[in-house]
Amino acid sequence: MKRWTGRPITRFEDNMLLRGAGRFTADLPSPKYMRFVRSPIAAGKIESCVAPEGVVMITAADLEGVGAIAPMIRKFGYVPIEQTVLARDVVRYTGEPVAAVIADSEEEAEDFADSVMLDFRPGDAVVTAAESLLARAPFIHPGMDSNVVVRTAMTTPGHQAAMAGAAHLVRAKIRSRRQSALPMETRAGHAAFDVETGRTTLTCTAQMPHLVRTAIAGLLGMDEADLRVIAPDVGGGFGQKMSLAAEYVVLVWAARKLRTTIAWVEDRRENLMASFHSRDIEIAVTGAFDADGRFLALSGDVTANVGAYAPYPNTAAVEPLMSFTELPGPYDVKEYSCAARGVITNTCVSAPYRGVARPAITLAMERLMDKAAVVIGLEPAEIRRRNLVQKFPHTTPAGLVYDDASYTETMAAALRAADVPGFRARQRDALAAGRYLGLGISTFCERTGYGSAAFAARGMDIQPGWENVDMRMDASGKVTARIGASPHGQGLRTTLAQIIADTLGITPAEVTVIHGDTDDTPYGWGTFASRSLVISGGASLIAARKIRAKLIDDAAEMLEAAAADIELGDGFARVAGTDRAVAIAAIAGAKNGFADEGFYDPLGTFSNATHIAIVEVDVGTCKVKVEKFVVAEDAGRLINPMIVDGQIHGGVAQGIANALLEEIVYDETGNILTISLADFLAPTAHEIPPIEVLHRETISAATITGAKGIGEGGTIGAPAAVLNAINDALRPLGVEIDEMPATPARIFAALQAAR
Amino acid sequence: MILDVNGHAYEVEVEPRRTLADALRKDCGLTGTHVGCEHGVCGACTVIVDGEAIRGCLMFAVQAEGAKIRTVEGLAGETLHVMQQEFERHHGLQCGFCTPGFLLLAVAALEQAPELNDAQLLDVLAANLCRCTGYQNIIKAVSAAARRMKEG
Amino acid sequence: MKTCGFKYHRPESVAAAVALLGALAPQGGRILAGGQSLVPMMAYRMAQPGHLIDINRVAGLAGVSAGAGVLRIGAAARHAALARPVCGGALGAMLPHIAGHIGHAPIRNRGTFGGSLANADPASEWCTLLATLDGGVEVLGPAGERRIAAAAFFNGVMATALRDDELLMAAHLPVLQGYNWGFYEVNRRAGDYAMAMCLVAYRRVDGVMTDVHLGIGGAEAFPRRLAEAEFALNGQPVGAEIFARAADAAAAGLDPMTDHNMSADFRRHLVRTAVARALAGSVA
Repeated sequence: MKRWTGRPITRFEDNMLLRGAGRFTADLPSPKYMRFVRSPIAAGKIESCVAPEGVVMITAADLEGVGAIAPMIRKFGYVPIEQTVLARDVVRYTGEPVAAVIADSEEEAEDFADSVMLDFRPGDAVVTAAESLLARAPFIHPGMDSNVVVRTAMTTPGHQAAMAGAAHLVRAKIRSRRQSALPMETRAGHAAFDVETGRTTLTCTAQMPHLVRTAIAGLLGMDEADLRVIAPDVGGGFGQKMSLAAEYVVLVWAARKLRTTIAWVEDRRENLMASFHSRDIEIAVTGAFDADGRFLALSGDVTANVGAYAPYPNTAAVEPLMSFTELPGPYDVKEYSCAARGVITNTCVSAPYRGVARPAITLAMERLMDKAAVVIGLEPAEIRRRNLVQKFPHTTPAGLVYDDASYTETMAAALRAADVPGFRARQRDALAAGRYLGLGISTFCERTGYGSAAFAARGMDIQPGWENVDMRMDASGKVTARIGASPHGQGLRTTLAQIIADTLGITPAEVTVIHGDTDDTPYGWGTFASRSLVISGGASLIAARKIRAKLIDDAAEMLEAAAADIELGDGFARVAGTDRAVAIAAIAGAKNGFADEGFYDPLGTFSNATHIAIVEVDVGTCKVKVEKFVVAEDAGRLINPMIVDGQIHGGVAQGIANALLEEIVYDETGNILTISLADFLAPTAHEIPPIEVLHRETISAATITGAKGIGEGGTIGAPAAVLNAINDALRPLGVEIDEMPATPARIFAALQAAR
Repeated sequence: MILDVNGHAYEVEVEPRRTLADALRKDCGLTGTHVGCEHGVCGACTVIVDGEAIRGCLMFAVQAEGAKIRTVEGLAGETLHVMQQEFERHHGLQCGFCTPGFLLLAVAALEQAPELNDAQLLDVLAANLCRCTGYQNIIKAVSAAARRMKEG
Repeated sequence: MKTCGFKYHRPESVAAAVALLGALAPQGGRILAGGQSLVPMMAYRMAQPGHLIDINRVAGLAGVSAGAGVLRIGAAARHAALARPVCGGALGAMLPHIAGHIGHAPIRNRGTFGGSLANADPASEWCTLLATLDGGVEVLGPAGERRIAAAAFFNGVMATALRDDELLMAAHLPVLQGYNWGFYEVNRRAGDYAMAMCLVAYRRVDGVMTDVHLGIGGAEAFPRRLAEAEFALNGQPVGAEIFARAADAAAAGLDPMTDHNMSADFRRHLVRTAVARALAGSVA
């Protein structure tokens, strides 16, 4: 009997995309185009905004009655700062939308936008978290007595004693510099008002179409039923398209007001300047170790520069709180103390980007482990071995429960594949010849596939997490699954079809997965947080099992056998051990098809991996070349190994970019300097080495498909592996680098400092 | 003005400032060519003009009058082009946005120089950006396609 | 990021191009050659020319010919055209090598030699080549033709002696028969503009280096020969110690460009590396 899960079948998505027949938002024709006039300064008051005669312009004054974006969490003293969809009176970051113009073409819209006269009274901008925390700093939002939007702290009862009793106290302070997800497709929206029905259809590059609908309808005070949101083919999201774009709200408002169709296509400069940033985070950790290098206690301090406003739905708390909750990572840390804060500045809004805060917390912990290894006199792998969680379930000091996993086993596999002794010999020879090679390890576990309980625990007003799947088998035996998740490259149309096909005994080609259109799919939460296969997959499995049960019962009746003896496979329902069978299509035909639904809201599961990077640091140019990269990962059952590998490759590439290349830079006045791809450096094929991927499949009861989430692991572990490798390479020179990206300029400065 | 695209004549009327990429998308209705940066770095807009891969965002449509233009829509015949087949086989695409640019970049390079070795192919492929694949499978796909294209 | 509107002209002869440029330069008219530098600037609306004079179909502007020890490169010759050998000598070997460092193939298919010179990006490889080898350019304007030597051509960041109404016609470079040469470029990613680059060429006569040309690009406002480094090499035998001294002299003699990513010290360090490696490459 042919089974489909676990096989690297090629994707159903590919044929159209390869032919250039993909349907991306900007591909839709439109009679009108919108362009935003954006603030050229980081902080100040708008004195006037005047368009020339004949230019249709919208400002905040026109948007009376439109709500402000103000996502809320009811915990940790979170202050619900508000963002009006167009700046009203005050601007708070360079690039903030101040007005919108409408024209007949994109070219004309840009001319019109440039012709708008904006007058400001500039104010003092605070750009860094440090500046923003000073007592004399201007408060960026009204009604606040500081620029701290959220803060929290915890200390376990035995923490102080454990720190005091430690044989070794080791400190690490890391700096993660501001990132941008840089999807190849910029954001875009196309809002079409239907004069007959009064409904508006918004086609847009969203990862969460249902939530976009709910949010926009709420802000515009309109019935959700009057808004249809379609996420068509989406050219990468990585989280940047998960947060609500204020621009979409203005677009829908304008289409309705003018009773027409208007499109907005973000350009790359806007995308770098005003689409969501992330990971501008500083973390200091202190590890208390006993004489054998075992963790006694961990202290952490986290400051996240979250930008000027709060992203919807995650709020400005997401990065500092995730850091606070997940800092200990895969290590068995019994005593934990941590203080975390999110700080508002006059910079672009920070929102989740693949991995969210985890690349930064992994960097902190992995640098700590390597420093501790040196202080205590252990190999980096050994100190990890002594501290990785080995017994499951494991409850962390912050209350997370780690399910069955393989932290030490995957590390062992990665080490074997990297041939550490062979590398050390090569490293010695290279050093003798004046070359600096390094090997770096990072181990981590990753929270994936978590449902509404986790979001509720965060205190978010919006509690995403669950997924529904509506499944129908028609009278010819073909299956349609309507899902609430909304893919942007993950291959869900293929992987879900594999799960459903196996359950129903048919082939994946007979399964059509429908997603992205709020008119055609049940409410769902989209694709983010390494969840879609776990949760939509789980819901698909539940729905398919219900239909399977009906097929089996009907087959049993038709074949005069016991239901327990019926097997489904290869398109037939068969009495086990006999050749009595009936085609599944025939059963469906007899019963005029089946319909059922699946609902899945899991607590969540943790995948894990070890990454190993081998680098060479050229001290003449201060450039780092990553020679080889190894990933040993465990994300449970692999539904489609080819797609899993693809996710890991892409994540690792973004992680290497985070470690070496990508950085959003502001000057001290809040002017953004990185507004082109010549300044913001994404990796090309030359910068990404061959990536070797090894798999383990620990099947955990926490996820009914057996699959854990795989989307973000690459970005989480790779930066720390690369940074540790650089430090390993430069240890003979007495250099330590704890900042990413570790640019040539920073490596040079560190070399100078060490001299 | 006539634009000769994939062997068809498209009658278009465009301002001089309309780029070739935008004219293909909006005036010829061929939206397979994508716009990723508009300043010549990402290569998503790569098309083939008179046998050479070029950045469609850096050429004005008026400049392409009289040239033979090929876009991704012109690659497949009754079946997918060998390059497309290998991308599918090797999972060389995820979101698909950068894919047309890579396909044409690779096809043009191999049509001009079928003997390119893997190191030279890497140089070629470093011209374009992809955010999803980490390049691993793009390299495998193009390598495989190169072998097949050489065999004819 | 759409460009501003402009009027488009497509002359088919040099005379027509020069006439158009003469008439339209006062109105912001500019030459459109490869467009690989100009169009991105226009996309950012940092350049907003009211007229573009497309010289891609002008007859006779792209020819490359060698004679009497000099290579004449027509201004409209594509970078890709120089990626295969076009003459002998050290020049013939270094041109394809350097061309491979310019962007990527699609950029080289369109970008032109003359366009790079006229654009005068501090990190342009061809500008560094012209300056190092003491080449020259031929320009044609309403007042007639004139020749400008490299040392007089570059005079600031993206600034040259080319007048707004002059068309760059060709560049001249010495073929350098029998010369050793080396080139090294430091950049963040392959194909990126250089953070520092060095081109060196010299003759070895009776075991010592003579007529040393050593030029730096990407590190100062415009590329130039570094006399201090040349002085440290002329009359000396090749060798790692001599090369290191020259590298130090280059770093010390530098007037470095700095920005938020690049301190003066770091720039000097990179120049030292580029010089040392270019020199090492000259004897490899």
